[in-house]
Amino acid sequence: MKQWDLRGKARQARIADGMAHAAGKIVAADKLVAFLEAVILSGDRVCLEGDNQKQADLLARALAQVDPAKIHDLHMIQSGVVLPEHLDLFDKGVARRLDFSYSGPQSARIARMLFGGKIELGAIHTYLELFARYFIDLTPQVALIAAVSADRDGNLYTGPNTEDTPTVVEATSFGNGLVIAQVGEIVDRVPRVDIPGDRVHFVVDAGKPFYVEPLFTRDPAAITETQILTAMLAIKGLYQPYGVRRLNHGIGFNTAAIELLLPTYAERLGLKGKICTHWALNPHPTLIPAIEAGWVEQIHCFGSEVGMDDYLRARSDIFFTGSDGSLRSNRAFSQTAGLYACDLFIGSTLEIDLKGHSSTITPDRIAGFGGAPNMGSDARGRRHPSAPWLQAGQEADPDTPAPLRRGRKLVVQIGETFGEANAPLFVEKLSALELAEKLSLPLAPIMVYADDTTHIITEEGIANLLLCRDKDEHEQAIRGVAGFTEVGRQRDKKMVERLRERKVIQRPEDLGIDPLDANRSLLAARSIKDLMLASGGLYRPPSRFRNW
Amino acid sequence: METLRFEFSALTPAKGVRKTALVGVVASGNLEVLLEREGAPDRCTIEINTSAHGFRPLWEAVMADFTSRRTAGGLRISINDGGARPDTVSLRLAQGVRLIEEPQA
Repeated sequence: MKQWDLRGKARQARIADGMAHAAGKIVAADKLVAFLEAVILSGDRVCLEGDNQKQADLLARALAQVDPAKIHDLHMIQSGVVLPEHLDLFDKGVARRLDFSYSGPQSARIARMLFGGKIELGAIHTYLELFARYFIDLTPQVALIAAVSADRDGNLYTGPNTEDTPTVVEATSFGNGLVIAQVGEIVDRVPRVDIPGDRVHFVVDAGKPFYVEPLFTRDPAAITETQILTAMLAIKGLYQPYGVRRLNHGIGFNTAAIELLLPTYAERLGLKGKICTHWALNPHPTLIPAIEAGWVEQIHCFGSEVGMDDYLRARSDIFFTGSDGSLRSNRAFSQTAGLYACDLFIGSTLEIDLKGHSSTITPDRIAGFGGAPNMGSDARGRRHPSAPWLQAGQEADPDTPAPLRRGRKLVVQIGETFGEANAPLFVEKLSALELAEKLSLPLAPIMVYADDTTHIITEEGIANLLLCRDKDEHEQAIRGVAGFTEVGRQRDKKMVERLRERKVIQRPEDLGIDPLDANRSLLAARSIKDLMLASGGLYRPPSRFRNW
Repeated sequence: METLRFEFSALTPAKGVRKTALVGVVASGNLEVLLEREGAPDRCTIEINTSAHGFRPLWEAVMADFTSRRTAGGLRISINDGGARPDTVSLRLAQGVRLIEEPQA
């Protein structure tokens, strides 16, 4: 007789082994390493919750301490590789293979370890893509997750930073895997049930909150006048003519500048209620002045942001909140919302090539992707119309009859022509291609593909790639906004002028943008303190941003 | 310090009547631009004092673009540069020719 419940039985055996180190579902923090050695097997697929923001830091430290003679060759599948321990696992020989999405602060070390052969790379995924694989061919045998609190039955409260947890638990727990949660405290009754206890097998009391990275805080004091100019271009040259109401902003100072110009510059243009009303967005502190001025109707969040929790609780008309009053975020749902229900994505990158591919890989840093690839791509499964989507579709393909013409998501790259340390934004060949050659990857890690990119905004102007009719026009439209980079200086000036006549390229002066307006006095908040004051004291900036 | 001097023909004379305009500050990554109404209305002379050596071709390209795109005729422009990027230089120059159009503050 073939047995059809071997995986469930294997999980039961792991639970029995774990019980020897636990009291009920509760594992003591000082027994955690021995506990993990009992329940994890060599070769397991392990999701160590490393999200974009919150980190299961206690579990990461404990896993990095297990004996590699007992546990080795783990296959780590996690969206964020953020903590040093995430890579210590590979240095120590506990883990061998890695599938991930984002590596932010570990980007330099992960590059060295990949080049040194310490890590066997599966792939660098977009978020939704990695989540999807959790349910198909990368279902974790063990998930090590993070929550705010738990009761003794294992019901979890994830608080405002729910992020990836429901997705990870869904795949692991219903896929015969083991779910182990670290929590800040054990309570009699959790404030709300984000994860039902029957999906959670063990809980460890970390005695303090999990680590959260304040990724989405941009200090208005650091916004330059050039960035303000690019923000004016975005508002007047793109948000206004397309009437963009549903959108996502990436992180960066250019998009922070747009947020801070809504109550000033965009208000002056009469755009309130006509643009930027519905968002898939992390709770950016720089959006506070626009929210307070009544610009925003609704925001769904991927995660929370350090210091924003009280503000979000007090603005429940705008944000999704739970029965306890605090924010409920969810990365998988918000990414899906950004992909299917937003008409525009705008973000920054480090390199753009002549075709319009963009990447954040540099020769010595592999940062992976954030939310950009999913939200910065045209949703081929979309079927509902909206004015900006239809207009973009019409510009790209004027000849197809309207009822049979797909619309287009507006996918915008915004930045200055020279970035940090005078690195040019525009390049002949992406570093991502060199990386792919060096590591023999079948795919270069492209963040946003050229055929998804509809506009590029720099201080020199806006290039509307939808209006380009052939490869030459496309390349010259990019060169035409590439400023004084080598790519920009090698433009065909006559062709660029013709593109300008057709409004494929629009300069600030073509849009009636006064350079004297590119001034910091145009920002609705000029410092973190201004943001705190705008929130009525509800926003509590983390100490590293308090410079007063 | 390196001093660079350029003279360009300018398509359009500066607007307004104001004698001088000053924009920007001397700081790292920034620059100060002084514009004075002086010389023939179809010429623009530029003097740059910069802390960064070896960027003459880039400055020349930025200035050529500026004098062909903006109302720069009849101006003598003096720049104190603290290692500003080309995008910052272009913006300051654009701000300068706009400010000299304005009535004296």
